[in-house]
Amino acid sequence: MRFERRAHRPLILVVLAPLFAIGAALAIAGFLIALAGAPVLDAFWQILKGAFGSRLGISETLTRTTPLIFTGLAAAVAFRARLWNIGGEGQFYMGAIGVAALASGIMAGWPPVAAIPVAMLAGAIAGMVTLLVPLGLRLRFGVDEVVTSLLLNFVVLLFVSMLIEGTLKDPLAFGWPQSVPIPEAAELPELMARTRLHAGLLIAVVAALLVQFVQARTRFGMQSRAAGLNAAAARFAGVPLGVTLVKVACLSGGLAGLAGAIEVMGVKGYVTTDLSPGYGYAGIIVAMLAGLHPVGVVAAALFAAVMFVGADSMSRGMAIPTYIADVTVALSLLTMLLALFFTQYRIRR
Amino acid sequence: MMELFDIFASAGLWAAVLRIATPLIFGTLGALLCERAGVLNLGIEGIMTFGAMIGWLTVYQGGDLWAGLLAAALFGGLFGLLHAVLTVPFGLSQHVTGLGITLFASSLSYYVFRLAVPVASSPPTIEPFQPLRIPLLSDLPLLGPALFNQTAPTYLAIAAALILSYILFRTPLGLAVRMTGENPHGAEAQGVNPVAIRFGAIITGSALMGVGGSFLTLSAFNSFFPTMVQGRGWVCIALVVFASWRPGRALFGALLFALFDAYQLRLQTVVGKAVPYQVFLMIPYILSIAALAVMARRARVPQALMQAYRRGER
Repeated sequence: MRFERRAHRPLILVVLAPLFAIGAALAIAGFLIALAGAPVLDAFWQILKGAFGSRLGISETLTRTTPLIFTGLAAAVAFRARLWNIGGEGQFYMGAIGVAALASGIMAGWPPVAAIPVAMLAGAIAGMVTLLVPLGLRLRFGVDEVVTSLLLNFVVLLFVSMLIEGTLKDPLAFGWPQSVPIPEAAELPELMARTRLHAGLLIAVVAALLVQFVQARTRFGMQSRAAGLNAAAARFAGVPLGVTLVKVACLSGGLAGLAGAIEVMGVKGYVTTDLSPGYGYAGIIVAMLAGLHPVGVVAAALFAAVMFVGADSMSRGMAIPTYIADVTVALSLLTMLLALFFTQYRIRR
Repeated sequence: MMELFDIFASAGLWAAVLRIATPLIFGTLGALLCERAGVLNLGIEGIMTFGAMIGWLTVYQGGDLWAGLLAAALFGGLFGLLHAVLTVPFGLSQHVTGLGITLFASSLSYYVFRLAVPVASSPPTIEPFQPLRIPLLSDLPLLGPALFNQTAPTYLAIAAALILSYILFRTPLGLAVRMTGENPHGAEAQGVNPVAIRFGAIITGSALMGVGGSFLTLSAFNSFFPTMVQGRGWVCIALVVFASWRPGRALFGALLFALFDAYQLRLQTVVGKAVPYQVFLMIPYILSIAALAVMARRARVPQALMQAYRRGER
């Protein structure tokens, strides 16, 4: 038995790949639930009910989808150009703390029309700068950006922890380490009354469409894809690789920074060190499940959010740890990689 | 000012160095072995987490400490097998597969841990490895407690570095591993089976990572909690580059790194109030990044690292 490269990728397989991946991941998760001695189908039903069964469930699922779209887009645009940005988690926190610092510092009394865009921009810039460090090390010293961006995640989290226990500490938080709240002007309007769902969801979907447009229709999009497909050929064809990578890093880091900024502006209003339950890392999975396709990212982010919110609610009624959601989502990355392989290769005897 | 140097004169510092270095030595050797055969294994962080969990759980369920260590090696090897299947015959992206393994292994370890141990206000503990006092030698000043009053796995880690160095550079098997990492096609022409070598290297390397993780719960500490590995796996990946893919230098790098770590821990108590403690905690990660920046161009990377090998395909 050996593998033979397909001459072209059949569209039907490309569309089916994520569905197969999610199905396989759910099957393995079902096995793990059965190992724990719980009824499998009932558990899955409870997950679906938790995510979609009530007004609150739906709003929570969509609230969770929002940051995942941004971090998913961040990973997708970077991976397309073969820039291995694994630092989404750190960029998320830099975006969040950037907004908290700026908004609480100078935005009191601003009108929302000014405060919201400026705050979002601040978050995006903070994320960009964070990713430019590992990229700079790669371009200048030839350091693999995977490890440096991973290590930076820990540095950033400690930096955020230092700020919210120091300069940015909220004196009214009864000693809890959290940042001063942002002024009301910088808060995003809510989409559903009496829930946490906020306008960030709309911004995320628009961002996905914009990224899709940039990648498919602009020179920069073409250059960044070319850099990812074959860097040597791209350079030969006159693509300025370094400049392209810097632009990609700005877009990718900016999107991840926006994720953190919007989470602060839409949900929390302040920063803590548990603001993100691993949105940065989950974004990598979301991007891969979407086949690095910006619009697909929205669907993949929804899947991950359903698992997280549904499993939370399921584990309250059954003796299944909520970590089953993380296991399933992580598994879907591995099964997706395999599924993608079979869109490119066929088995020959 | 003198206090900053006085720290170096304390026996506690030097004893801590070997203790902090042990999981890093195991992890770095494991990552090094995988990379020498041409496969980057970013599963390390998750494999260490799972090793820490399963080692602890084995002992908590009544197993022997060595059984815990063995279980960590076994499950480490199993995750290695998964990584090998995905990256060798299928030739999937080693970056993304490794991250997937890390996310899968760490979330699975939290899942299994929560299933086995219900939520409690303080995590349950086990009786960890006790230091082995080597008579006479452990009474030497400074050197004694540092070198001759450690737990058994620490001695094992140092032995592992020497054994791996011997195998890689003095045996036909080691030559086959290095050939596979430099040029799998050439290796095959010499009668080496690159697929088998890569499988063997990844499984063995991942077993070492698992053991490194288990040191955290079986010796350095006595209970398991999520996120306890704290990026040590990524530090190991950086240390492999720092060590130029040589086990002897990996041992040295891990010890040097541990010295900085032990020093910053003690520094916190000396100048604690003046500087936020987070600054000290950042130092190990920043040092790793700095080491990468200095060494990246100088290090001799295995030429076939991260290249999939498919028979008859270039």
